[in-house]
Amino acid sequence: MALAKAPSSAAPAAVPAAAAARPRRRLGVRVGERHGHPREWIWGYLMILPLVAGLACFYLWPIVQSCYYSFTTWGVFGGQQWVGLANYRAFLSDPQLPKAAWNTVLYSLLMLLAIPFSIVLAALLNQLRGRHVGLYRTLYFLPVVSMPAAVAMVWRWLYNGDYGLINYLLSLVGVHGPHWVSDPRFTVYAMGVVGIWSSLGYNMIIFAAGLKGIPRHYYEAAELDGAGRVRQFVSITLPLLSPSIFFVSVLTVIGGLQMFDTVLMMLGRANPALAGSKTIAYLFYEDVFLDNRQGMGCAIAVVLMAVLLVLTAVQFRLQKKWVHYE
Amino acid sequence: MSSRQISGQRLWPVHVVLAIGAAAMIAPFFWQLLTSLQSPAQATSVPPDFVPGWRWSNYSEVFTSMPFLRQFLNTVLITVVRVAAQLLFCSMAAYAFARLRFPGRNTIFVLLLAVLMVPSQVYLLPQYQILMHLGLLNTLTGIVLPGLFSAFGTFMLRQFFLSLPLDVEEAARLDGAGPVRIFWSVMLPLAKPGLISLGVLTVLWSWNDLLWPLVVANDANRMPLSVGLATLQGEHSTDYPVLMAGSLLASLPMILLFIAAQRRVTEGIAFTGSK
Repeated sequence: MALAKAPSSAAPAAVPAAAAARPRRRLGVRVGERHGHPREWIWGYLMILPLVAGLACFYLWPIVQSCYYSFTTWGVFGGQQWVGLANYRAFLSDPQLPKAAWNTVLYSLLMLLAIPFSIVLAALLNQLRGRHVGLYRTLYFLPVVSMPAAVAMVWRWLYNGDYGLINYLLSLVGVHGPHWVSDPRFTVYAMGVVGIWSSLGYNMIIFAAGLKGIPRHYYEAAELDGAGRVRQFVSITLPLLSPSIFFVSVLTVIGGLQMFDTVLMMLGRANPALAGSKTIAYLFYEDVFLDNRQGMGCAIAVVLMAVLLVLTAVQFRLQKKWVHYE
Repeated sequence: MSSRQISGQRLWPVHVVLAIGAAAMIAPFFWQLLTSLQSPAQATSVPPDFVPGWRWSNYSEVFTSMPFLRQFLNTVLITVVRVAAQLLFCSMAAYAFARLRFPGRNTIFVLLLAVLMVPSQVYLLPQYQILMHLGLLNTLTGIVLPGLFSAFGTFMLRQFFLSLPLDVEEAARLDGAGPVRIFWSVMLPLAKPGLISLGVLTVLWSWNDLLWPLVVANDANRMPLSVGLATLQGEHSTDYPVLMAGSLLASLPMILLFIAAQRRVTEGIAFTGSK
């Protein structure tokens, strides 16, 4: 999973705060209070230079290029030809699109299911003190640090229709389990379970940190008022945890809509169920790296980017209605 | 003492729920380990055989069916270089963005943050082309290159620098230390917890990264383990014991690192969540 690259969407909000945080010291000592001394400029530019150059070459300029490519078609021997909106039209009328879009959305919704589970687990963990906490945290977190390629392999084996552990356990209660990873009716759910299993520990850590920040005396006051555990959870814990819930949901949606690894690794390219289990990000991979339809692939990437930006903006807009910042 | 500690006896339902959950979380690892020690016939017996066959040869077979050692070293190398570069470039830039004043600072910073909002699919193909032009496809340098720079790391460290007190820095400045001196000898030591958190997160991300090395590397000797495993699966798709042994070996370093640096990992993640 894109753990360390997790885009922090709370970012832009921090920028004005930083500008305001500049202390008004050294008054009258320096030339140009707002911009500092020219010597400071030079050091500033030198220190950001390697990073800015690297990000500009490998990230910012490529964004521009991809947008341009999305309006072109590529010749076999290189060279691009402008085709206007043709790629977008082809993508939107691609017979694979409705299924892939649905799979992507369904997978993201399943991933969101991990949030209530992880909140409850974090709240339970928060009741404990001492060495048990570390032990539980380690056990829940192991899937997060495991290599996704390896995780997919293990689950593929667990899901095996004939010899897998899951179908064996189901057979104990009299259920004849399906071929989870080769029957397109079940693949997305099977991948969703793996996604939830892989992200629970990560979410739990964020929520546990959020819970630590809730002052103890709120609970003590509620207890004096005779509020039970459940009431306390609903009236104190959930509202005060809402910034963390918001953060995790934004990350979950961003990650879920880009899901690709599991399709490739758990299902595999030779899988008969692949056709019915593709996600949007998989269509992108296929177009660009397998089918030589780079222009089309870039159109998919641009659409995905637009959808993510709109969704994130909507989430930020909606947060005012339910997220409480102290 | 507060009611929480008195109610020690009432904690057992909490333990029961957490323990059942934990069992479900580690069951796949248990199954992976069990299968990795069985013969193919044992692994595919119905009903399943819960006795390990102690067939350690599955592990040695991993080393013969893929250049495991080589790919392991590749992964280590890629990870070390990325971590070193990210820590250096990100901390330098983060310090400048947090504490130095120069025209265009906020504009440039916001522009870099755009990278965080964009899905990786958008820059994948142009990155691939850059490598092609540089003749770096199918090389370790090519795999490493884009990951040397991180907008996420810069953002994270900038937040960290902003949270540090100004006094020490001021004192150093009055003593006549220049920006570089202050950055290197005063701020970096103070930012150590932030640097360690970013380092650990980068190790995890780099070790497990799949899509980019998958499209860049074709030669088995130049692949990291993640891609090597994908190839192994293609060739030994039914030899589950060997696949399980290989996947366990590939994950093991990160599991051990996490157990050793648990506090740093959780702190790093909690830190990103609080900003």
